[in-house]
Amino acid sequence: MQKSNTLSAPQRPWHGVPDERGRFGNFGGRFVSETLMPALLELTAAFEEVQRDPTFHNELEELLRHYVGRETPLYEARRLSEKLGGPRIFLKREDLAHTGAHKINNTLGQGLLAKRMGKRRIIAETGAGQHGVASATVAALLGMECVVYMGALDIERQALNVARMKFLGARVEPVDSGSCSLKDAVNEAIRAWVTHVKDTHYILGSVVGPHPYPMMVREFQSIIGRETRRQIIEREGRLPDALVACVGAGSNAIGFFHPFLDDPVELIGVEAAGDGLETGRHAATLSAGTIGVLHGARSYLLHDEHGQILEAHSIAAGLDYPGVGPEHGYLRDVGRVRYETATDEDALGAFQTLAKTEGILPALESAHALAHLTKLAPRMKKDAVVIVCLSGRGDKDVAQLSARMERRP
Amino acid sequence: MMKSIIKQALRKAHSEGRCAFIPFLTGGFPDEATCGDILFALADSGADVIEVGLPFSDPMADGPTIQYSSCKALENGTTPESVFRIMEKAKAKTSCPFVIMTYYNPVFRMGLEEFAKRARDSGADGVIVPDLPPEEADEWLDAAHRAGLDTIFLVAPTTPSERMAWIASLSKGFLYYVSMIGVTGAAFNLSDELVTGIAAAKSLSKTPVAVGFGISKPAEAHALGQVADGVIVGSAFIREIQSQTSPSAQAHAAAALAQSFRAALGRSNSSEVRK
Repeated sequence: MQKSNTLSAPQRPWHGVPDERGRFGNFGGRFVSETLMPALLELTAAFEEVQRDPTFHNELEELLRHYVGRETPLYEARRLSEKLGGPRIFLKREDLAHTGAHKINNTLGQGLLAKRMGKRRIIAETGAGQHGVASATVAALLGMECVVYMGALDIERQALNVARMKFLGARVEPVDSGSCSLKDAVNEAIRAWVTHVKDTHYILGSVVGPHPYPMMVREFQSIIGRETRRQIIEREGRLPDALVACVGAGSNAIGFFHPFLDDPVELIGVEAAGDGLETGRHAATLSAGTIGVLHGARSYLLHDEHGQILEAHSIAAGLDYPGVGPEHGYLRDVGRVRYETATDEDALGAFQTLAKTEGILPALESAHALAHLTKLAPRMKKDAVVIVCLSGRGDKDVAQLSARMERRP
Repeated sequence: MMKSIIKQALRKAHSEGRCAFIPFLTGGFPDEATCGDILFALADSGADVIEVGLPFSDPMADGPTIQYSSCKALENGTTPESVFRIMEKAKAKTSCPFVIMTYYNPVFRMGLEEFAKRARDSGADGVIVPDLPPEEADEWLDAAHRAGLDTIFLVAPTTPSERMAWIASLSKGFLYYVSMIGVTGAAFNLSDELVTGIAAAKSLSKTPVAVGFGISKPAEAHALGQVADGVIVGSAFIREIQSQTSPSAQAHAAAALAQSFRAALGRSNSSEVRK
């Protein structure tokens, strides 16, 4: 583990990215139809303007505090540490944020921005439904119309979140092209944005897509890492030894890691290995993919030798995506973040362990990060500090899990 | 400076007092052999330039019709290889210029140099990549230039005029004017705004301006033909082919539709345009 306390500037390639074209080294960019280019340029300018505007930050902070319930707790999971025979484990409780996941940090920021830009309508894609619920929530709060694109397969496995979105006044549009999951929902949301670009803002839910989305979503999600850093220093008077977060497209991980990039802290992203990397049925883009261009950015992808995008597989709908944020690709290649994997079975095991040792049902996505603790714990000192981003709660997964448990021998 | 065969084809139509007719067909749709026959039939029915789609799994700029044909072609096992093969065979029988339309990932995956070379060797004269705006195109433009391929860029009704002038200066062969704010195959409407937009594009562009997206009827093409240098028709052909079951009927139907478009685009001041 790296222990040097200061790194010189040339050793910090994560500074100053993205550049003005949205490039993180060779990753990122804006690979979109011309119809969207002016909208992306307008969005970039509008985002840069609110970044400098204290009234925007005040408005956002007020809502994050009184509406979302931030800051979210940093909880020490003592029984989990004991069970794993490992280091001290802390959980950053994003599952306790309003709507049940970290997604609201971003939708609130983008919703306020859209309002300032004079848009009256928002659209969003969703996988597990958490981003859809968070978008529908913000639309209701800000009095905007909302349409959420969701894969037909995901609608089936996330019925609870579909009902929540409808109660919140959003229209849920089923997408039955391709793999009927998150990737196809993004395609359809982009098509819908192209068609309604004048009055509509597209709230992308993760650090993917064309510039400025990866940068903008990172900025709105970095509150996770900023709070965590302050909380652990206040409480323990020191930085953690390691941070662990799950990575689908990668928004909770970027938000969690980003404020720690300059610190001597080990950063570990955990991708979904589905049925196992060797089976080919997985969503481990950084661990098993190659570089390509999808949804407006250059990054690691799962695609065949002809450049056709492959279907991803994960028990967690929110990780079931064949791409990943360009900044993750960059952080992987410069060696700042290590990416590991956890299978569906690993995640299910971690789900049950956390439920029974701590009385917390984690989202299946977050359970992938918890699953990695089993591998990490034995090599860490007992007094080492590891923080896991508990990005969401597991209520949405209960029906899917009950059905699966019944099928098991 | 190399002469653009595509530009010449549009100029030739202009000199004959017509608007150029540019049909599109997804490569490998409805199957490899029939696709080749239809491409030949289109050329034989008076197409000035033909666009051949190299299907991509996630066609973000396309509506349901071209999504369907892409999906069908991929299910049939269509690869960049087979699209090149289809073009090469069709090219042996016609001198009509061919343009490949695809998304960036298949190009990137093959390697830019390799893709450009293979496209050129199979008879393509130009390439359209809708998700590759000029900001991201430097490396591709180098590769295309070395292979002697035109790169055709798109402009949209949302493109501001300064940007349009810049894109027009980079586009070779023709400038692709997207007729509407939307995806391919949606309902077409020849609004005053569109007419003004096309006129503005023409005044900013040294290359001819062809208009596409949503043009499904010869009458629409006829009206557009009064203002544009070329008209691109895609989804209407896919639907026509879909409505027939046998390969020969599919080729006949495509040829008949092509002839009616070609006639509608005939001498623009003629009062005897066939409908």
